[in-house]
Amino acid sequence: MKKVTDFHVVEVQHLSHDTFIIVLQGTEPVIAVLPGQFAEVEVPGSPEVFLRRPLSVHGCDPVAGTISFYVKVVGKGTARMSELLPGEKVSVIYPLGNHFTILEEGRVLLVGGGTGVAPMLMLANKLKKAGAEPVMIIGGRSAADIHISDAYHAVAEMHVTTEDGSLGVKGRVTDHPLLKEEFNFNRIYTCGPDPMMKALSAIAREKGVVCEASLENTMACGFGACLCCVVKTTDGHKCVCTEGPVFDTTYLENW
Amino acid sequence: MADLKIDIGGLLLKNPVMTASGTFGYGPEFDDFINVSDLGGIVVKGTTLEHREGNKYPRMAETPAGMLNSVGLQNKGVDYFAKHIYPAISHYDTHILVNVSGSRVEDYVKVCEVLNELEGIPGIELNISCPNVKEGGMAFGTSCPSAREVTKAVRAVYHKHLMVKLSPNVTSIAEIAKVVEDEGADSLSLINTLLGIAINAETRRPVLSTITGGLSGPAIKPIALRMVWQVANAVKIPIVGMGGIMNATDAIEFILAGASAIQVGTANFLDPTVTIKILRGIEEYLDRHNVATVKELVGAMECC
Ligand SMILES: Cc1cc2nc3c(=O)[nH]c(=O)nc-3n(C[C@H](O)[C@H](O)[C@H](O)COP(=O)(O)OP(=O)(O)OC[C@H]3O[C@@H](n4cnc5c(N)ncnc54)[C@H](O)[C@@H]3O)c2cc1C
Ligand SMILES: Cc1cc2nc3c(=O)[nH]c(=O)nc-3n(C[C@H](O)[C@H](O)[C@H](O)COP(=O)(O)O)c2cc1C
Ligand code: FES
Repeated sequence: MKKVTDFHVVEVQHLSHDTFIIVLQGTEPVIAVLPGQFAEVEVPGSPEVFLRRPLSVHGCDPVAGTISFYVKVVGKGTARMSELLPGEKVSVIYPLGNHFTILEEGRVLLVGGGTGVAPMLMLANKLKKAGAEPVMIIGGRSAADIHISDAYHAVAEMHVTTEDGSLGVKGRVTDHPLLKEEFNFNRIYTCGPDPMMKALSAIAREKGVVCEASLENTMACGFGACLCCVVKTTDGHKCVCTEGPVFDTTYLENW
Repeated sequence: MADLKIDIGGLLLKNPVMTASGTFGYGPEFDDFINVSDLGGIVVKGTTLEHREGNKYPRMAETPAGMLNSVGLQNKGVDYFAKHIYPAISHYDTHILVNVSGSRVEDYVKVCEVLNELEGIPGIELNISCPNVKEGGMAFGTSCPSAREVTKAVRAVYHKHLMVKLSPNVTSIAEIAKVVEDEGADSLSLINTLLGIAINAETRRPVLSTITGGLSGPAIKPIALRMVWQVANAVKIPIVGMGGIMNATDAIEFILAGASAIQVGTANFLDPTVTIKILRGIEEYLDRHNVATVKELVGAMECC
């Protein structure tokens, strides 16, 4: 059941000059969110920002009553969010969209690029609990883009690629040996820039495994009311907010 | 407590709060948030004769105090609506109006013939004003002869409530309104979106795949109020006002300008519970101002 409800800012943890994690405390019991689901978050006190902003849920703890988002500043809304102070009120519509499928066994590969890292920790946790063996690659331009805490190492075998080679394997995620000669996975889960996800989808097809990708789109509502957020599938236009954001990439046209 | 009931040309609404086509899905999208049956009425997504895929991505651009959309009437066609969607929403205890769109007069007529047969649909909103389809739609609503032609043709076959939705992208909306009234419309709704463009200066490209799109939200409210007032002074049939209504005060302003009922559009995206808040707010306003019925407030703006 979706709802629109108020949260209060607990803290904004700055990971770098443009990336932060914002933690919110619910004013009502917090609904358990599944990995890949997202929320439509109000940007308070910012008259130039008219619509809410869609953000993947990074963490959700119904016991503590908190929810968190992993955000990169790209414009006015995300910039304002990065300046929110503890105690400020933020209205959130959640949980929205579908979620990644949780396999219960086998080695699975999780690939996050840019803010596509957002849902990956929660996903790895769920997969591991279910009995699968998660391996994760995080890609960035340089070491400054990579923010992985001990929590990641606790649930997944971690790998990093950077385009400038300042951390991990030099190159893009698809240059990693795990996606080449060492490929040995039942499934690929990915979230990040479209070109990266498309390249992973091509590898998955070649290897004969399913690739689940979490897409972004321009959204006005986030819950199926406006039809602004379509992606072309083999079955015509589908709303990313309700039929996604996670899609089996064989279902997407031109992927 | 004030009486919220209002008659809009033979259709009795339990209160004046309706939802605007294309912003409320078919209703079930809001079941988690509100009791849809509490509303005065809902207008479902633009429905055409054939299935339409709509326009390409990107279809939406945020703008100051509003947004542009170019959804392009994506829908599965009237037969699909009648077979699959209608049975799933006919339980709502509110008036369900179908927004009818098309690019040829014959198509409008055929859609209305199908809708005539649906017992639980007490009326249609004839959309002669959609800016997001290549041919037709708005073309009908922007000239008197074509507005007359399509209204007349639909009136001849459609026997229930005929609400005609007007385009603001015209020089004189009052003239179009009069023509549509002459041809037998039971009520008028206005305004549809205003044609606009958003440009990305960095890439030098339009933001929308269609270049132009329809502007909605608070940015258009003053224009919408002006048009409701002009049309109210030109016709006798009831008016349903919309355009940037975000709260109860906005709704009251439309009623004062001459609207008997209102539709809430873009505001639903920001707060899916906003319609109920507007409803409660109207009630509170009437009580606070000792107004016994909504009807007394219609067109009650005092000009001097
Ligand atoms: C389902 C979903 C989940 C998302 N999850 C996350 C997340 O976990 N963390 C995160 O940081 N971001 C996420 N995003 C992207 C995020 O919504 C946008 O970055 C944000 O809306 C930008 O708002 P702004 O006001 O800062 O930027 P604006 O001032 O609105 O725009 C600045 C620039 O960003 C681009 N932009 C705006 N919106 C989007 C968008 N939706 N997708 C891509 N580019 C955009 C614009 O074209 C513009 O160039 C997600 C988007 C979707 C649809
Ligand atoms: C995403 C979107 C889709 C719309 N689709 C339709 C439609 O199918 N038919 C129609 O008559 N109007 C459509 N409209 C126009 C609205 O019904 C309404 O006239 C307009 O948005 C102004 O009201 P608002 O400012 O409250 O949104 C649409 C508007 C939006 C924002
Ligand atoms: S964002 Fe409105 S339908 Fe998807």
